[in-house]
Amino acid sequence: MRILFDELTKVFTDKKRGKKESVVAVDHFSFEIPDGQLIGLLGPSGCGKSTALHLISGLHTPTSGRIYFGDEDMTDVPVEKREVGVVFQNYALYPHLSVLENIMFPLDNLEGNKRISPNEMRSRARAAAKLVQIDELESRRPKELSGGQQQRVAIARALVKQPRVLLLDEPLSNLDARLRLQTREEIRRIQKGTGVTTIFVTHDQEEAMSISDQIVVMQSGRVQQIGKPQWVYDFPANLFVAKFLGTPPINVFRGSIRGGRLFIGKDDVFAAPGLSDQEVWVGIRPEGFILDEQGPLRCTFQSLEMMGRDISVMAGHVALEGERLQALLEAGSGIPAGAAQVNFSLKPDKVHVFSRDTQVRLDWQKGGMGK
Amino acid sequence: MMERNNPKGWLYLLPAMLFLGVFMVYPLIDVFIYSFEQGFNFASQSYDGVGMRNYSFVLRDPYFLQAVKNTFILVIFTVPISTGLALLISVGLSSIKAVRHLYQTLYFLPYVTNTLAVGLVFMILFKKTPYTDGLANLIIGWFGAGPVDFIDGPYWAKMFVLCFYTVWVVMPFKILILTSALASVDEGYYKAAQVDGTRKIRVFTRITLPMISPTIFYLIITGFIGAFKAYSDAVALFGTDLNAAEMNTIVGYVYDMLYGSSGGYPSYASAAAIILFLIVLTITCINLLISKKHVHY
Ligand SMILES: Nc1ncnc2c1ncn2[C@@H]1O[C@H](COP(=O)(O)OP(=O)(O)O)[C@@H](O)[C@H]1O
Ligand SMILES: [Mg+2]
Repeated sequence: MRILFDELTKVFTDKKRGKKESVVAVDHFSFEIPDGQLIGLLGPSGCGKSTALHLISGLHTPTSGRIYFGDEDMTDVPVEKREVGVVFQNYALYPHLSVLENIMFPLDNLEGNKRISPNEMRSRARAAAKLVQIDELESRRPKELSGGQQQRVAIARALVKQPRVLLLDEPLSNLDARLRLQTREEIRRIQKGTGVTTIFVTHDQEEAMSISDQIVVMQSGRVQQIGKPQWVYDFPANLFVAKFLGTPPINVFRGSIRGGRLFIGKDDVFAAPGLSDQEVWVGIRPEGFILDEQGPLRCTFQSLEMMGRDISVMAGHVALEGERLQALLEAGSGIPAGAAQVNFSLKPDKVHVFSRDTQVRLDWQKGGMGK
Repeated sequence: MMERNNPKGWLYLLPAMLFLGVFMVYPLIDVFIYSFEQGFNFASQSYDGVGMRNYSFVLRDPYFLQAVKNTFILVIFTVPISTGLALLISVGLSSIKAVRHLYQTLYFLPYVTNTLAVGLVFMILFKKTPYTDGLANLIIGWFGAGPVDFIDGPYWAKMFVLCFYTVWVVMPFKILILTSALASVDEGYYKAAQVDGTRKIRVFTRITLPMISPTIFYLIITGFIGAFKAYSDAVALFGTDLNAAEMNTIVGYVYDMLYGSSGGYPSYASAAAIILFLIVLTITCINLLISKKHVHY
């Protein structure tokens, strides 16, 4: 099911000590989610992800704007008529019901001509349980299950009524690291298997990057960028997106454009034709550094760490934002022992330049590069 | 893991155990022994045999049988009615958003001011004064029936007042407990149910009720025990000579046997007390058995 947001806005107004305070949790969302995709809604805690999700589910009603499923305007359709499946962050499994009863619960709610026989309910619930591979646990209570299994029950319960849209709110945050990896692959598999349009919320960029067809990066209620994970990583629309995506994080420098060349501090790093003279932010991905004695970026060496395949070099620079920069180099790159200074040349497609004022990405004409 | 037989643990328990032993276990055993000592003489502190004679006396005493009947009527009517009504009111209150946040302060108020307020209300409702027959009689009058004397009148009228009073008195406590139980049900369950299009009635029976079932069970058990122990309410309403008013309860009977005008029979009192103990024990066991099936912890 295609989902379309049209200037969708949600403002919360709270009365605190007599004063009215309002928070714009979702600010003029206008974009489209194509049918059948797995969308990662990504952003820091409190940026409005859950609110956005529940504008889709109908648990929140928008302050303004409209929302469509396909061509159908859903804005005023109540929750129970939207046919969405929701997996809550804490799963919200009914503790007094068995796994199978939990999965059957939504079916048992059906009324009128949608009502199905108890046998049909059971077989559909079993099918959903099988899909998420918990069919042998059907008579257990939720508290007798591990976090990962509870998660699967919650997904089965959300899927059993064959929803038009599946919504997952931080589905992996209650799981330990190993299970998280495993379960996110599972979510991917289930989504591809059922083809249901799925939106899942996370504050973990790696999670979103690894399984989403597209990611929506949010900050303070506003969409920052939408696109395929790799594309968003390679072409961050602004400094926030650049900083939010990637581990280790991008290294940010104060820089400037002068005479068509990009300077980081006083270091003239490369030509950036097509950009007018101005102050900028320069973001360099950790993998964008090349160890080069003649390299233009002159840094003070701090420490070195072997990380299996890679070498991680920590260094300082006068124009750096933050304590140290981290460069990931291929193993075998030699750093002279006792060196006080390391010089780097840079891979231009790992270097991103942002306006100092607006923090928006600035593109120069690539090709004319060089030292 | 907990260590069993940790000497420190027992040491911490010691004060509580001592108090329990002196004030509860010892008297209990004492009462048990008393109840089998036949022909106990208060003055000489002697008895002439051990046997079931105290029990057979008590079980044939019409005052005791009346007291048992009264107590059972009280239990059977007031426990379900007060619990059900409190549940209804609590659910109603909890569904009002503004009230939900206030509940702690708000509901404790009647709980504290209860005794005074209830006394006053009962005066207005049922007491006959030179000026009025009471509000209850006024209402009965509208339906064309004659005035009923609720305090000195027929048995059913007095029983009604006693039940009414008992329900009224326990209500604030039950509402308090139930509203906080309702408030503690995670909102996530309701949201999940809403997304799945669950009807309100079904939400209540399939989610809310099972979730608060331990609390309801607690209220039923303590309600049963409380009602079986009823005595002072009856005295407050009908005076100390409850046998004459046909309004005695089992505990009232025990008290009368000890200290009342017909008192001075600790053996009969003990036998009656043991019988009450057995009744309460049986009922509580039945409750526990039923709860295994319907209470979800
Ligand atoms: N029911 C609510 N009432 C008032 N403010 C809310 C409510 N829900 C969320 N907010 C506010 O809206 C903002 C976004 O919240 P949320 O969508 O939960 O963020 P996220 O899921 O990204 O962590 C936060 O500032 C939060 O305080
Ligand atoms: Mg959230």
